[in-house]
Amino acid sequence: MARLAVSAKELVKWFGEGEARTMAVRGVSFDAHFGEMLYIEGPSGSGKTTLLSMISGILRPNSGTVIVEDKEIWKLSTDQIADFRLNTVGFVFQDYHLFPKLTTVENVAIPLILKKLDWNESLATALQDLEIVGIRDRAYLTPVKLSGGEQQRVAIARALASRPDIMIFDEPTASLDGDTGRRIVDFVKKNVLNENRCIIIVTHDSRIFEYADRIMRMEDGKIMGVEKGGLYAE
Amino acid sequence: MKGILKIAYKLLVNDKGKFAALLVGITFAVFLIVMMTSMFAGILHKSSSTVTNIGAKVWVMDPAVNTVASSIPMPDYVIDAVRSINGVKYAVGLYSGGALVKLRSGVYQSVTVIGLDDASLYGRPELIEGQIEDIFAENAFIVVKDAEFPKLGNPGLGTEFELNDHRGIIVGIAKVTTSGLFGVPTLYTTYKRAIQYIPSTRYTTSYIMVEPKSSDTVPYIKQQVAALGYEALTKDEFNRKVANFYKYQTGVGTNVLLMTVISFIVGLSISGQTFYTFILENLDKFGALKAIGAKGKELVSMILFQAAFTALTGYGLGVGLASLLIAVAKLRLPSYAAEITYTNLGFAFVMVLIIAGISSYVGVRKVIKIEPFDIFRG
Repeated sequence: MARLAVSAKELVKWFGEGEARTMAVRGVSFDAHFGEMLYIEGPSGSGKTTLLSMISGILRPNSGTVIVEDKEIWKLSTDQIADFRLNTVGFVFQDYHLFPKLTTVENVAIPLILKKLDWNESLATALQDLEIVGIRDRAYLTPVKLSGGEQQRVAIARALASRPDIMIFDEPTASLDGDTGRRIVDFVKKNVLNENRCIIIVTHDSRIFEYADRIMRMEDGKIMGVEKGGLYAE
Repeated sequence: MKGILKIAYKLLVNDKGKFAALLVGITFAVFLIVMMTSMFAGILHKSSSTVTNIGAKVWVMDPAVNTVASSIPMPDYVIDAVRSINGVKYAVGLYSGGALVKLRSGVYQSVTVIGLDDASLYGRPELIEGQIEDIFAENAFIVVKDAEFPKLGNPGLGTEFELNDHRGIIVGIAKVTTSGLFGVPTLYTTYKRAIQYIPSTRYTTSYIMVEPKSSDTVPYIKQQVAALGYEALTKDEFNRKVANFYKYQTGVGTNVLLMTVISFIVGLSISGQTFYTFILENLDKFGALKAIGAKGKELVSMILFQAAFTALTGYGLGVGLASLLIAVAKLRLPSYAAEITYTNLGFAFVMVLIIAGISSYVGVRKVIKIEPFDIFRG
């Protein structure tokens, strides 16, 4: 059995108060393991992004616990949670959120700079990460000059830069065509996932389901089922 | 430079349009503030030029005097009364008045005539040509070589002119610390000749200049002069009195204050709005940084750095531009009354800090409130 990366217990999250209260996540529990690519799938409004935010230290749950590498993250202080996100989690946002006025390599270096690494050292490491994702030749261009697929790779390189144990992808193929989306996820599966890393992907793009080790289906804030499967699943 | 600040710097300067707009706003505000306050400082400085140039430690005058030029004649026996006050080393009269001279070319020119005490020539200017003793020669005048000097046709030693049907002759050319405010040349002569050539109330004097035995005696001298119904002011007090008159009784001060406030508001509007737009446009990026692991204080430091960098750059440009304009103006108009002082620069600096502070406050509030979850939600 692979080591436990994330353990969520009875997570509850609602927004608003009184009559306006909306339940987003209703008592969700699940585990994710190192070496695993776990998908959270479901229709819009099913609570998958809320769940992702709670397990990555971005959104505090109303109740329940999240244990990541034996640490209960929501018992940490605000600054400690920020450090947790910086050191343990790598984010690939749906819209990438790259800085258009910085070069590609500078964008990738941001987590390292936040970790107080020297500027030149950060850029050197970022170049290596761009090499990993195969766009080192684009290092000194600004993101707006890159294609959607290349921007996605920059976002992956940025998430990789801090060498996180857990990587979170939010709708990674939403802005890409089918082929590019599949190529990106295939690349992630082959080159980014390893036995010391857990990748959690929120998606409702069935074209990439084949790469999942497990697919957790959500609906109305609850887990409706977990499937094993995908090309690489044992 | 810390890496996070380098990112802030690059985000700022690489957004050339916004950065230029921010700089224009602050530079423009600083330029106007420095220009306004410099002109005001120049006016105040020049308005007290006679006080500065004569250099007497204590001045006795009618209490109603507001400026050096608008002297109110005092009976000349007041000189003797002042001389008899304990603590007065010596006291002499000074004539200060306006006159019209007719140049050899036939042109009439207004002048300020300063009549120095015949016995001591107290308050005499430093000569760059001629001998001071020549002031006792017949019809002798000393001309001040300042910005107004050409208005007398650039006179040399021996140049003649006419003053109230009296012949005048230049026997010396002097330099002074400050030229006057009203753009007229200055002539020095003896007290007796001044009151002889320029009709004025008989047996009167414009000012009495007092040399106290020591600075400790000044309060007593002032008290005794007040008992006579007149006012004794030290050089600095007289300068302040003149300055206060221009500041509070002429409208010049109010106008300058209004212009300065308007400059501040214009600068604040342009910079504040542009900076706010800049922050809004990058808000999702700041949110992404927060999600990645940036702490609130790091984001605040980025915004403060951007605001401070823009403010200081704009301040430098604004001061440079104002200095350049004043320098060029003085080349073309030597009597141009503008003077950049440390007080002006400090004032403009404080204004810029306030602009930067208010602009960044709005940005900081936005960035602190942004939740990384909003970035996920899109």
